[in-house]
Amino acid sequence: MHVGENLPLESFEQLAMPHFERLYNFACWLTHDRQEAEDLVQETYAKALKGFSSFQPGTNFRAWIYKILRNAFLTSRTGLKAAATVPLDLEDEEEALPAVNETPESILLRRSDGQLVQQALEQLPVAYREVLLLCEVEEMSYQEISTTLAIPMGTVMSRLSRARKSLGESLRLQFQKG
Amino acid sequence: MVCESWKTKLDTYLDGELPDEEMRSFDAHVRGCPSCSADALTRVQMKRAIQVAGKRYAPSAEFRQRMQQKLAPKPQRSFGLGWMFVAAAGVILVVGTLTSAYLGTRFGRDQVFSEIADLHVAVLASSSPVDVISTDRHTVKPWFQGKIPFAFNLPELQNSEFTLLGGRMTYLDQTPGAHLIYDVGKHHISVFVFQERSFKLPASLSENSNSPRNLPFNMETWSQGGLRYFVIGDASAADIDSLAKLFKAAA
Ligand SMILES: [Zn+2]
Repeated sequence: MHVGENLPLESFEQLAMPHFERLYNFACWLTHDRQEAEDLVQETYAKALKGFSSFQPGTNFRAWIYKILRNAFLTSRTGLKAAATVPLDLEDEEEALPAVNETPESILLRRSDGQLVQQALEQLPVAYREVLLLCEVEEMSYQEISTTLAIPMGTVMSRLSRARKSLGESLRLQFQKG
Repeated sequence: MVCESWKTKLDTYLDGELPDEEMRSFDAHVRGCPSCSADALTRVQMKRAIQVAGKRYAPSAEFRQRMQQKLAPKPQRSFGLGWMFVAAAGVILVVGTLTSAYLGTRFGRDQVFSEIADLHVAVLASSSPVDVISTDRHTVKPWFQGKIPFAFNLPELQNSEFTLLGGRMTYLDQTPGAHLIYDVGKHHISVFVFQERSFKLPASLSENSNSPRNLPFNMETWSQGGLRYFVIGDASAADIDSLAKLFKAAA
């Protein structure tokens, strides 16, 4: 029976291609560069295909392939640089953000355009940016995010909460500036 | 403030990540509490804004094509079903009755059936099988608007034994369509809806027929109102047929 020879490629394509656009979007947000994002997605698919035999059917393919992309990013030049600019004690950072102004985000959002939110997202440290994107854009569950980022559920929740605070703060600052 | 304890969990609530019971008591509280509902609204707006802003980059057509070529399987479709058997091994117990010779000949011809079966199995093997999770057809139907180039009706399921799990977009030969997933007992059934065109349907799957014997799935396909429907699953032929009838009546 020769079925096995063609089996990985076929099933891989079916599982992997539906994530293509979103992976590319996520890669762009990580790298801030379209060419680099293309390279990253290609590398991800090549690595995923190569390691596909280690993927357990029935487990979460999306978390698995996002994790590969993210690990590839972290070991890339841009990724290493981005990681270096992030405070190492990210998780200990307790309520570090001062409440500059109590304007609710809803008012800011109503008055601003989407570009302001994009800018604010762009300027977030990569650890905050990625957790927000996985939660809001990919609509991943905390469990999936935990698998993708290889961090405990509790950390997913605290990091999300800080990321949200930080984004709100950055929106307020940008709004005051502009 | 009484609400402090609620507010610390508001984000988790809006992410839908509290245990069921807590979600329900949260629903009740937020509905009755102006402060929490105002706060919830702000946070929902923020979530939406991030979602919209976050979907910013789309790959070029050229890049997509390049990746597709790299990943595209070789043109021997006859092996396509091999994957299905591996993925579905846990679900389907009749696999042993099929031989490779059978795969190579019969399924080689029954291309559409094999692709529909592949789509069904690939989704069951995925841990997030649906993009819109809802048991409510009034939620699922509008979700497809703008995603597929046609509209279709979902049947009312009250007084039936079927449960709608949700839906997702799918492709058959580059044609976009709707994929709905239903449960009956312990079985999953997929319903696919595409615009009718010259699907190369094998003779064994002509109008209103069930799938040939010896197959791990039961399937029914028909054309109605310019749309091609496929109902497939490891449920009994009778169940497949009654779901098909519900769809026919709703169309
Ligand atoms: Zn309250």
